[in-house]
Amino acid sequence: MWLKVDVQAAPFDLACEESALLAQAGDAGAVVAFVGRVRAHDAAVPLSALWLEHFPGVTEAEIARIAALAADRWPVTACRVIHRVGALAPGEGIVLVLMASPHRAAAFEAAAYLMDYLKTEAPFWKREDLADGSHRWVEARQTDEAARARWES
Amino acid sequence: MITVLYFGYLREALGRNQETLEWMGDDSEALLDLLRARGPDWAEALAPGKVFRVVVDRQVTRGVVKIPDGAEVGILPPVTGG
Repeated sequence: MWLKVDVQAAPFDLACEESALLAQAGDAGAVVAFVGRVRAHDAAVPLSALWLEHFPGVTEAEIARIAALAADRWPVTACRVIHRVGALAPGEGIVLVLMASPHRAAAFEAAAYLMDYLKTEAPFWKREDLADGSHRWVEARQTDEAARARWES
Repeated sequence: MITVLYFGYLREALGRNQETLEWMGDDSEALLDLLRARGPDWAEALAPGKVFRVVVDRQVTRGVVKIPDGAEVGILPPVTGG
């Protein structure tokens, strides 16, 4: 599997990243793309910005470890992950996952698996800066834990 | 001496990004007990369900982990990326 992981402040471009992935993906009949975006209304007060931090070095290694686990379960030929950090405005992309495989079922499942593990194991922390000037740290969600747990049965 | 790094809401709750500590303890449980004993704010912020992982020298392991003298120790609250 070809794998590239970046944690960066800069935005990402889906079309550019897909082209780069396809050059490495072999005879991939399926590419699944997932983009996670900043919601404007996750709290009672509108969001002015989402701020993300990570653990440099450790976060990238954890994402690579999760991608390798996905490749153990499904025939993944190429995988690209970009996760942004710093201040993000509502609507901006937070995370991009591209998963290439010979067939669609594997690409869909491997992308979902990677996201479910990324959300519950990769060291990122989100702070919501609200329009009224207050802020709050986002708390881990039980639903994310449940989504990950379904892969462990 | 060890260097302790704090992340996420812990930086705010504990009022610091990192610190260095004299260390003669054994593992991550001993370190968390030492920190919790600093007072109610610390005990609350580092309560058992609120620490996701303790990462020693940037090697991720689960559960209780040995901490040698000279180590860099990251204390990670539950993660919220994606």
